[in-house]
Amino acid sequence: MFPWLTTLVLLPAAGAVIVALLPAARPTAAKVTAIGVSLLTLVVMVVAGLQFEVGGPLYQLTEQVTWVAPLGLSWSLGLSGISLALVALTAVATPIVLGAMWTEADASGRSVKAFYALVLLLQSMMLGAFLSTDVLLFYILFEAMLIPMYFLIGMYGGERRQYAAVKFLLYNLFGGLLMLAAVIGLYLQGPAGERTFALADLVALDIDATTQAWLFVGFMIAFAIKAPLWPLHTWLPDAATEATPSQAAYLSGVVDKVGTFGMVALVLPLFPDATQRFAPVVVGLAVVSVLYGGMVAIGQTDIKRIIAFASISHFGVIVLGIFALTSQGTAGSTFYMVSHGLSTAALFLVAGFMIARRGSRQLADYGGLQKPAPILAGFLLVAGLSGLAMPGLATFVSEFLVLLGTFSRYQVAAALATVGIILAALYILIMYQRTMTGPTTPQTEGIKDVRGREAVLIAPLFVLLIALGVAPAPLLDVIDDSTQQTLAEVGVTDPPPVFAAEGGE
Amino acid sequence: MDFVAPSLDMAAVMPIVLVLGAAVVAVLVDAFAPPARRAGINVVLSLVALAVALGWIVGRAGTAVVSFNGAVVVDGVALFAQAAIVVFTALSVLLYTETRLDPAGDPFTPAGAALPGSELERVLTLQRVRQTEVYPLTLFASGGMMIFVAAGDLLTMFVALEVLSLPLYLLSSLSRRKRLLSQESGMKYFLLGAFASAFFLYGAALVYGATGSLTFAGIDAAVSGRVGAEPMLLVGMGLLAVGLLFKISAVPFQFWTPDVYQGAPTVVTGFMAAATKTAAFVALLRLFYVALGGLVADWTVLLWVVAAVTMLVGSVLALSQTDIKRMLAYSSIAHAGFLLVGMVAADTAGIASVLFYLLVYGLATIGAFAVVTLVRDAGGEATHLSAWAGLGRRSPLTAAAFALFLLSFAGIPLTSGFIAKLSVFAAAIDGGQAALVVIALVASAIAAFFYVRVIVLMFFSEPAPDGPTVGVPSAATAAVVAVAAVVTVLLGVIPGPVLELATTAAEFVR
Repeated sequence: MFPWLTTLVLLPAAGAVIVALLPAARPTAAKVTAIGVSLLTLVVMVVAGLQFEVGGPLYQLTEQVTWVAPLGLSWSLGLSGISLALVALTAVATPIVLGAMWTEADASGRSVKAFYALVLLLQSMMLGAFLSTDVLLFYILFEAMLIPMYFLIGMYGGERRQYAAVKFLLYNLFGGLLMLAAVIGLYLQGPAGERTFALADLVALDIDATTQAWLFVGFMIAFAIKAPLWPLHTWLPDAATEATPSQAAYLSGVVDKVGTFGMVALVLPLFPDATQRFAPVVVGLAVVSVLYGGMVAIGQTDIKRIIAFASISHFGVIVLGIFALTSQGTAGSTFYMVSHGLSTAALFLVAGFMIARRGSRQLADYGGLQKPAPILAGFLLVAGLSGLAMPGLATFVSEFLVLLGTFSRYQVAAALATVGIILAALYILIMYQRTMTGPTTPQTEGIKDVRGREAVLIAPLFVLLIALGVAPAPLLDVIDDSTQQTLAEVGVTDPPPVFAAEGGE
Repeated sequence: MDFVAPSLDMAAVMPIVLVLGAAVVAVLVDAFAPPARRAGINVVLSLVALAVALGWIVGRAGTAVVSFNGAVVVDGVALFAQAAIVVFTALSVLLYTETRLDPAGDPFTPAGAALPGSELERVLTLQRVRQTEVYPLTLFASGGMMIFVAAGDLLTMFVALEVLSLPLYLLSSLSRRKRLLSQESGMKYFLLGAFASAFFLYGAALVYGATGSLTFAGIDAAVSGRVGAEPMLLVGMGLLAVGLLFKISAVPFQFWTPDVYQGAPTVVTGFMAAATKTAAFVALLRLFYVALGGLVADWTVLLWVVAAVTMLVGSVLALSQTDIKRMLAYSSIAHAGFLLVGMVAADTAGIASVLFYLLVYGLATIGAFAVVTLVRDAGGEATHLSAWAGLGRRSPLTAAAFALFLLSFAGIPLTSGFIAKLSVFAAAIDGGQAALVVIALVASAIAAFFYVRVIVLMFFSEPAPDGPTVGVPSAATAAVVAVAAVVTVLLGVIPGPVLELATTAAEFVR
């Protein structure tokens, strides 16, 4: 059988090598090649995705090749409904982001081909992480993907890019090292002589409660840094602000999803007891994230920081749904990972269009943009509405499912998280109002409207946001299929609808 | 008392004989060959001897021999370490030959005896006189190291320690540039090294007093038969440890390391950091695992503490360094700590992980120091960190290679350093040392900071207008950097065969 998943992972990596070998004097060739490779990857993703059968085993199209025998490491890939959703997000977002980077790479004055090669490398590592069914393989890719992102921010970002890049790297590296200890600890739980890192074998282990608790903490801190959860979030606003807009779109839209993906796909099935034990704590932190991110976003004056803090708030919602441990919550969260990826990418890209025109990230420098640039205003409005979970858009379906799923187990948490939606309305509308409405200033008067290239880039995001909002069922079925199996692994059932929560454990 | 003629298995020690023999011949070449041809002959002689020795070692893979009445034990561990030492030596010798970077010639002063800045030095430099004793000195040191890792009794170990140390003291003080610093480093290394040797010797005496034997097998037999260890034995063990911990730059015996690493000619620093560490570590392993295996409960406590302190002190002090060579010196101290973590595991997996770690660390270290020799200004190598700003924009390849070595030191996945750390930590957790591994992870995080800082400087900062230049090296230096870089990636991506080799080799023979 053709190794679809390996092809999917290695295609962008091969593209990165090709792009890196192109002559530096021909930047356009590098851009076109990179975008071509990412579109080809999208095609491979679609072909692979069409072979996924709902109702089949949790992992499909599986491949396994021993990589480093003495370490028990193998190149094991498998496609679950959860990974399919995120692989699709990655495959769709990459060509769009690469297109949006067209002008950013030139503006930096640094190597254009390195820029594009790094993004393709990053994509390859992400796809590998989403598809890996070997815990060490996941860890290796999870950790290695920091390096291309670090160079992207540090070489092409804004004024304080060095600070932001180092902060990004150190935070994530620290989390990764804790996870490494937990990965080794998990590995050693296996029977001596036949230890492996294979997810299926590790899930089957019976680990005692104390060990589970430690391992859970090791994995969770790494993931809570990646998909920033309060109080480990402080790197994201800096990184997203200093990165170029398309990098920020890629970072918080796609790359950070590896963290929430890890929670659903690894933490839940690997540490069922610890998950149930610590779920209330994580739910609490998630609620703080939702409210804190939302409130801080309202107070920001920098467009990119608003979106970054909004992302922290939304990541809170995703984590909340995962650890509500109900079928609706977990499926809703996974669905939200996709819709948030699309929505945040759209927001950062539109913000990038605005910043490219006005040359400023400050809200105060804008005003009345809807007169000279009505289409741009429309774009910001649609992207913004997706951010505040407007019914009819994919984000609404996700947030609704998460809150519904949470409410059946944690009423107070769900009620508090609902406040997050109101906060979202505030920061989005304030941003729209200050930049688009009101009188034009001398600086904003002559601003040109959206060009064809920009419209072409953002259109697929909007189409998908609306399509998934109107007809979420196909994607939701695929996701639900996997999350049900995962929750069965944890050993939780949905609480009965009438009574609040099950008694204490 | 009957005298039994010792069995002398010459085949087992042939690599050592080859290297030391080549060293003797090289001395003769220095004495009798015409000056213009000395360097050329010595380089070829050294490389051929090392290549044959390596071939011989590879050919003996899988064998284990106890010979010379137990004085020499050539087992899997010894063969693996000897092969690594030979490779490190050969790479260093290639670096010695570099004459294109420095307008005045190779990296060594024309005459160690000429006063720095003197007329004699100036004249010799003008005449392009070359210091060719460095080749026999390096071969002697290398031969000493090869005995060190195969020593089967305390006296052989001590003699090997001296054989490897004395040439290093000399080599450290032979730098062409910054000669005062270099001489100071040689002096410091000599004084402290002599002190450490004395500790070792005293420890050997006490252990002999307590056990009545100098061979490791005899000590082992005497130690494991006892219920409680007596003070004399424990003190002896501690003093022996001091002598060896000094050589691997473990805290609190690390004080010489930054000064010597900074002052010594950079190519020699690379040799010391890679080869000496390997030799001393394997000797430490053999001494503790074989001779003092019965005291495992005592020495794991000792090494636990030393490992923890070494990792933390090395990483924390590296943070504040502004000189690239000093930073790499503190990094080397931190890595000694990581290696000790594998040793504290006290099992075969621990030995295998340490062997693998020594190999990948040594290669990356030689590569890193080779890159340091490339970045130069009018005064020689520009080792101040500020000089490295923007290197990535001016010489992307050089900077990329250095960044790769740093990422490997930091243990980032897909580099050899990650696999090394992973196997060391796995061995330690399996050996019940989870707490030590957590400390190691904290130290790794701190260490990552200063490695990353250099990458930031090279790639994200703008170059200084009057910054140093990256010289165009000779093919030899370029080849060494390339080999080190390729192996660093290769052992990060497909470490399987070498890991298996280390695992098979990780059996001590008594």
